[in-house]
Amino acid sequence: MADSDGRQVVSINHSTEEDVKLQEVVQAKCEGKELTKEEKQRLRKEKKQHKKNKKDDRGPPEKEKEKEKASVLAPSKPATQSPAHKAAPVPVNASASESPVAAEKPAKSKAEQRAERRARQDTERASKQGKKEGGQQSASSKPKATPNELQPVKRLPEHIQVDDPAALKKLAKKLERQQVPLRSDYGYKVSLFSHLHQYSRKNPPTQQISIPATVIHPSIVRLGLQYSQGIIAGSNARSVALLHAFKQVIQDYSTPPNEELSRDLVNKLSPYISFLSQCRPLSASMGNAIKYIKKEISNIPSQCKEEEAKRRLQECIDSYINEKIILASEAISKYAIEKISDGDVILVYGCSSLVNHILCEAFEKQRKFRVIVVDSRPRLEGREALRRLVKKGIRCTYVLISALSYILPEVSKVFLGAHALLANGYVMSRVGTSQIALVAKAYNVPVLVCCETYKFCERVQTDSFESNELDDPDDLIVTRNGKTHLENWQTVKSLGLLNLVYDVTPPDFVDLVITDLGMIPCTSVPVVLRVKNVDQ
Amino acid sequence: MTRILISSSANISDQLVEYFRAQIREDPDVASAVAAIRSLLKFLKRDQSETILGLRENMTKAIHRLEETDSSVAVSSGGELFLRFISLTSLEHPDLSQCKNVMIERGELFLKKISLSRGKVGKLCHTFIKDGAKILTHSSSRVVLKVLENAAADNKRFTVYVTESQPDSAGKLMAQKLCNLNIPVTVVLDAAVGYIMEKVDLVIVGAEGVVESGGVINKIGTYQMAVCSKAHNKPFYVVAESFKFVRLYPLNQQDVPDRFKYKADILKTVKDLNQEHPMIDYTPPSLITLLFTDLGVLTPSAVSDELIKLYL
Repeated sequence: MADSDGRQVVSINHSTEEDVKLQEVVQAKCEGKELTKEEKQRLRKEKKQHKKNKKDDRGPPEKEKEKEKASVLAPSKPATQSPAHKAAPVPVNASASESPVAAEKPAKSKAEQRAERRARQDTERASKQGKKEGGQQSASSKPKATPNELQPVKRLPEHIQVDDPAALKKLAKKLERQQVPLRSDYGYKVSLFSHLHQYSRKNPPTQQISIPATVIHPSIVRLGLQYSQGIIAGSNARSVALLHAFKQVIQDYSTPPNEELSRDLVNKLSPYISFLSQCRPLSASMGNAIKYIKKEISNIPSQCKEEEAKRRLQECIDSYINEKIILASEAISKYAIEKISDGDVILVYGCSSLVNHILCEAFEKQRKFRVIVVDSRPRLEGREALRRLVKKGIRCTYVLISALSYILPEVSKVFLGAHALLANGYVMSRVGTSQIALVAKAYNVPVLVCCETYKFCERVQTDSFESNELDDPDDLIVTRNGKTHLENWQTVKSLGLLNLVYDVTPPDFVDLVITDLGMIPCTSVPVVLRVKNVDQ
Repeated sequence: MTRILISSSANISDQLVEYFRAQIREDPDVASAVAAIRSLLKFLKRDQSETILGLRENMTKAIHRLEETDSSVAVSSGGELFLRFISLTSLEHPDLSQCKNVMIERGELFLKKISLSRGKVGKLCHTFIKDGAKILTHSSSRVVLKVLENAAADNKRFTVYVTESQPDSAGKLMAQKLCNLNIPVTVVLDAAVGYIMEKVDLVIVGAEGVVESGGVINKIGTYQMAVCSKAHNKPFYVVAESFKFVRLYPLNQQDVPDRFKYKADILKTVKDLNQEHPMIDYTPPSLITLLFTDLGVLTPSAVSDELIKLYL
């Protein structure tokens, strides 16, 4: 294997064998069968080999650049460089860097490769020191690469990096590895929001999954379809549905041989989560629920038997739903009812399960009040809230959001639900909420936000642009008297339809936040987060 | 036998009230909450219940009794904090008398701490009064008096404007006390707050209670003064001891419970409260610049943080 001819011969032989294997693997993928670990490893090896063959044709300067990239990544991921550690899901960067390294030294052994890499790192560090003292610019791009590795790499979530092609490529690679279908964006995006995904409801990602689904658990496929079509909407409903689906997954899970449940189950859940976020971006409450489940799974002791572990996890999920959602809403209603006095006129917006629960409870406790339901297009969720309240017997009025300033002088309190509460005190909720809070402030009407603590999230946001969700733009098209003016909106190049889902309300507009821990001002959210972290 | 027991318990609560009133009579400078806590401590020493639960019930009843006598927010908040403080320890001693001793010890500690709190507040706040300052204050507050005393002792020159504060003309009392300290003072009408605001540099008021939102409950007229000072961009400072922190969260003036708004005897005798004038009002946190407490100098949003630490 030492001489170049021999190497070529070996590689040719390899390629014919590998072609056959590659075909097999591709066939298996098309059939939707989940690839075994060996097949996955083989697929990875083949890809690297292809890349190596391609790179052999390219010139040395390219190789130099790849080498630098490899050396930059090498200090941060020395453990994953060795090909022996392929069992763990290898980040794509590592595989990209592995191939040029392999291209240069296929003949040397792994130990020698590692030694060489270490020597290279040492020289780099020395050159870095020299550069710092001298402050000279050297010809190669190596010094430019090294300051980057000094700063911690800030990772933005991928769902707000849609206009960055590198991030998209990374995402595509990751989804391909997890065998999750990639959903393509639809329609022209308004430039301010071009960093967000915009999907059409007409092609859900579930269409690209074969039946029967073997890679993704069927209950997750069903859940994804329900999310993408809007059948399950509202952050509590979505979280509860997610947890129930995970219970089903855990029930049907069986530990493969030579694997630990605590580690393998978490790896199994990752493609499901990627799939669900392709169907609809995850909400903050879902994110917290997933974090909790992953923590519980990894805390299962290794000597626990599978049945016992599964039972324990089911119990954990049940108690999470019970404590954080059901009991929390009881506690919040208790506090909120103190704030509702006889003769109140309460304004609510959209359909929040928590606010509806509070109002129904207050009505049962014989409080005399009436409700004004404010609604907005295109979701018209207020109609559902109206339905529920009228069924209880509460006196309701229904207006659209454009009539808000007309109706506000009559209102004594505003009750709002929340999708998430951010760490700087901002309230993230359905689009239109911040408008209501703003106008209520102008009329000096107290604004109360009701939110469970499991929706508190560590993110910080000061505007509604950075991290939002774009819904299907076709929802904005309306047919009236048989005429649909916007039917061909895609043909008009300068026209964009924007259907935002969330907005953020600053804490100055919110007077009170009612949580299961009590009534707190909006600025005390980080205190609660701190207390919660201490508890955990 | 039972009849005698009942009458003796009624006796005890009457004695409690008497003791409380005596405290206030003897030392008019003591905060009503401190007097209440002293009486509660005495009550605790004399209490003869057999179980911890019984003890707590008796204490709660005693606090209610005191609230009936003096309906200020401070008594209610002080009482609740006292109860929390003494039962904060894990009372794991099997012997009730040992538990009681622990509680009494903690009670004494609490009392000592809060008796010193006014001094701490005074020390913190007087540095904010600059030489040549013109200060506006409302009604009569012992904490504000202490602050001004400290500032005067620091050889600072300043003048004070006090509002008359009807219906009890408490402002005139404050003016008298300030005169005794040789501080130049002028009494103004309650209606003249807007007129005088452009002359003053800062506003300092006391508080009867500090609520969870960071707002304060104080003598009627404070809210007006806060709105005026906001309009004129003058700093509005509140000085309060930490035992005045209370777990209320009023959204507006109407939301303050009736039992704090009116004097105790009026609550008992009068049927239609709409004819009565409330004695206190609520100032929202957006109008307050800083709060000076014995826990430090706080912004209104930090009050909730401190309350969470105290109560959770």
